[in-house]
Amino acid sequence: MLTFTPNILKNLAAKPATRKYPFVKREQFSGVRGELYNDIDNCIFCGMCSRKCPTQCITVDKTAGTWVCDPFTCVFCGICADSCPAKCLHFHAEHRPPSVERETISMQGEPPKPKVKKKAKAAPAKEEAGKKAKAEPEEAPKED
Amino acid sequence: MSNRTVIPFGPQHPVLPEPIHLKLVVEDEIVKEAVPALGYVHRGLEMLATKRDYHQMINVCERVCGICSMIHAVCYSQSIEELMKIEVPERAQFLRVIWSELHRMHSHLLWLGLFADAFGFEALFMQFWKVRERIMDINEATAGNRVIVSVNVIGGVRADLSQEQLRWILDELEIVEKEVKAMENTILNDYTVKSRTVGAGVMTYDQAYELGAVGPTGRGSGLKSDARMLGYGAYKHLDFEPVVHPDGDSYARSWVRFHEVYRSIDLVRQAAAALPEGDLAAKVKGNPEGEVVMRVEQPRGECLYYVKGNGSKFLDRVRIRTPTFANIPPLLTMVPECELADVPVIVLSIDPCISCTER
Repeated sequence: MLTFTPNILKNLAAKPATRKYPFVKREQFSGVRGELYNDIDNCIFCGMCSRKCPTQCITVDKTAGTWVCDPFTCVFCGICADSCPAKCLHFHAEHRPPSVERETISMQGEPPKPKVKKKAKAAPAKEEAGKKAKAEPEEAPKED
Repeated sequence: MSNRTVIPFGPQHPVLPEPIHLKLVVEDEIVKEAVPALGYVHRGLEMLATKRDYHQMINVCERVCGICSMIHAVCYSQSIEELMKIEVPERAQFLRVIWSELHRMHSHLLWLGLFADAFGFEALFMQFWKVRERIMDINEATAGNRVIVSVNVIGGVRADLSQEQLRWILDELEIVEKEVKAMENTILNDYTVKSRTVGAGVMTYDQAYELGAVGPTGRGSGLKSDARMLGYGAYKHLDFEPVVHPDGDSYARSWVRFHEVYRSIDLVRQAAAALPEGDLAAKVKGNPEGEVVMRVEQPRGECLYYVKGNGSKFLDRVRIRTPTFANIPPLLTMVPECELADVPVIVLSIDPCISCTER
């Protein structure tokens, strides 16, 4: 009989178990994956994050130097940040606020320099294109 | 002279968070037969195995179930590791056990709350979920997310636990144990609770054995079956005995789940004490080839993965048999001869996870 009464009495004496949320917010834990951001100055535009991402939410353009992430597709697994060779991908602990419009995180950085040097050597355009085509399939199996 | 009526139960029902449809053939107020209908939340996740490489499939497998996501990922990683003959570091195996047991705890606390809600005990429901929040906080602080923790990779784990974090987890679990203990008398000995659960949906040991009941549903009928007894991962180093109750009714199943929370706390303590130093993940080279079947114990019971690799980075087939799928035939034997008002409690007593079942 009255098995729940001790709990009720304890709860009556205790402080509320919940916070008054919009006014009182809990601080996030330090390792929480809230929102992805790219430290674009250190980004080398290798595209590893976009290939490793299980939802393919990141698009990297090496020539234009753009890094675009769709935060509504991102599942906050953190695999991109783990596999980033330049260690420029991080997570904010704070979550993104809800939005009524579908927006993307778009960042513009400087494209990698070695590419610019190659172009400066004034090699014929066709050879360049051929080299690129060869280089891409070679890269792919390594990433497996 | 029979006066039979068919009453639809679900797919939208206040007691069920997920869609399962039962056609209940009722004679007066007594249910005579139940015919199930599934397929409301089929997502085709198994098919993704041919479209995502085997590393990315971990994230898909985690999303098969929203509650026991960690253990799905463990099962999938173990299958691939078995295929590729990868030696998982000891530390990673122990860390997997810690997070798995945390998932089991929060799943059982969630269920105990929902079960209390099913027979109208809202205050107890809130109380259990309040305790559960501590476990969610542990997950969030140690792995970065509350439910889908994404700590598994092929060959080990991605996240580590420092000594400080371990101490904090053990302190929190101490409080969880105390708070759960405060509810023991209510959920197990209260007159009102017992009047709704004792004798409702009885399944005998023989029925449980023949129908292949798994997890707490089977163990509530005295069936001593628990995949953790196989000693996969670090369970072989831990002292473990399954929780069994012989009665086979809804009360027995809630008794088993309630005591499994204690057992999980105990397992986390053992794993934390025995946690060896070492690497977190082994290096993975090549692609999986061949077939493998892997079994692990989830909060709802035994989960079975069949994985077939063809030597490329895409798998040929991933077949997932979730515990609720195995527990639906036992459910159909529990429902007949019960009162119509007891059906929600009995359906909930198998801890149905329908999205899991339909994948």
